[in-house]
Amino acid sequence: MSPDPKPMEPLVALEDVHTYYGKSHILHGVSLHVDRGEVVGLLGRNGVGKSTTLKTIMGLVHPNRGKVLFAGSPVTGLPAHKLARLGIGYVPEDRRIFRLLTVMENLRTGLDRHGVTEARKQELLDKAFAYFPVLAERRNQAGGTLSGGEQQMLAIARAMMLEPKIILLDEPTEGLMPRMVSQIRQIIDVLRRDGVAILLVEQNVPLTLEASERVYIMEKGVVRHHAAASDLKVNDAVIHQYLGV
Amino acid sequence: MGIEDFLAAIPWEKIIIQTVNGIVTGMILALIASGLTLIFGIMDVVNFAHGELFMLGAYIGVVVMATSGSFWLALVIATLVIALLGAALQITTLRPLLGRDPLTTILATFGLSLVLQNYALWQFGPVARKIQEPFTGYFTLFYLEYPWYRLLIAALSAGIIGAFWLFLKYGKYGVWIRATTQDRVMAQAMGIPVPWVHTGAFAIGAGMAAASGVLFGPLVGVNHAMGVDWILKAFIVVVVGGMGSLGGSIAASIFISLLEAYASIWVSPAQAVIVSFVVLILTLLFRPTGLFVPTPK
Repeated sequence: MSPDPKPMEPLVALEDVHTYYGKSHILHGVSLHVDRGEVVGLLGRNGVGKSTTLKTIMGLVHPNRGKVLFAGSPVTGLPAHKLARLGIGYVPEDRRIFRLLTVMENLRTGLDRHGVTEARKQELLDKAFAYFPVLAERRNQAGGTLSGGEQQMLAIARAMMLEPKIILLDEPTEGLMPRMVSQIRQIIDVLRRDGVAILLVEQNVPLTLEASERVYIMEKGVVRHHAAASDLKVNDAVIHQYLGV
Repeated sequence: MGIEDFLAAIPWEKIIIQTVNGIVTGMILALIASGLTLIFGIMDVVNFAHGELFMLGAYIGVVVMATSGSFWLALVIATLVIALLGAALQITTLRPLLGRDPLTTILATFGLSLVLQNYALWQFGPVARKIQEPFTGYFTLFYLEYPWYRLLIAALSAGIIGAFWLFLKYGKYGVWIRATTQDRVMAQAMGIPVPWVHTGAFAIGAGMAAASGVLFGPLVGVNHAMGVDWILKAFIVVVVGGMGSLGGSIAASIFISLLEAYASIWVSPAQAVIVSFVVLILTLLFRPTGLFVPTPK
């Protein structure tokens, strides 16, 4: 097991991170942090590097410069599976359900870890099925046959199986019906109550401001603005300037 | 010519014999091709050294038979040794190449196959060795004395493939293999140690090739080039069955082996091989995703 994060250190911190895809420079020195149990929003127009920021934290792309810290220790360059085991859950933009695996098998990919007792596995499953009853109904159905909203729930439930300390949520409400959006909104609150930190990338600004405590706004690969969500709610100018809404 | 003459002209006995033959070869081929398709599916590596793992498995079978006299021990030890060898080869040659141009892994495995083949030639010499089958009974199939051992090969191959399927379906590592095959990146983000899953899958594929080498050993001589014919056929089967589809490979193995067996009623077995290539070409022309996979949407 990983040592518990020291209370004073942020749970996740990026320090001046530069990430490239091949030759294209995507992140130009991003610095941000998420504290334990905190919900932080990451806003910005398309293509400013929000998803790349999440992928960098997850270890799916490695920064050429700068540091990624988890609970105060450098984790830059660690492979994604080690970061997942440390307690980072990832819900990617396109959900990336294992389409040919059943709902149950999708969940098992996160459950079958070293040192998880059968009783604990059952507890985690029960919890996920309590939040998302539809997944219990469809537990033996292939992931690819679920609707978009159900796949999003499965993606979140799957990340929860890792008992993460933080979940990186990439556009969880994209393309979902309003009813599903409010369900995602509720699950963010539930996770926060459970002490799970969330780094939320969203296009849905009102939802992000409501769900988050703090918000970072990105533009062209850097963080341009950082504020308490409550301040941004009353300050349309900033939102308008960076997001054009 | 009446219909009765036509029916009388059909060599029913030969067809039944060739059906049995086709199923026996088909099961051996399926055992080789399952490993090949597993490796291709999970890491996009076309393993040109697969036939040499089959051949080395047979040689280890020869050596263990010579020292212990037990066919079954030979089967188990050859499978385990070649699985370990496969793991070592994967770690040293393929792991560093992951994510590179597919050409690099093709060259690497092709190089491996040459090295392994020449190693076998140097170590064991050019004279074919024989593995004694575990029993030598026959039963009468029309005008033939048909060896029971051939049926045992088919049954054992089916048993190994069945066990492998159960492992993939229900085993913890089986789920890891399927998840990694579908989405390597997401599997990693779920905490699955993908590099080791690759190594494990390669080891399983190698072990299955070795098992088929030992099973097939008694039917032909064991020599350093025995892998070449089989690997060619296994490649055809993997393409016809649909790249990376396990069920497709098994179906295609039996399908192609049956076709070849029937064809050799009328033409020589050497010419019957042409049938496989005809099927391959037709598949690539008209259904390049494979005959035995659902039509892609």
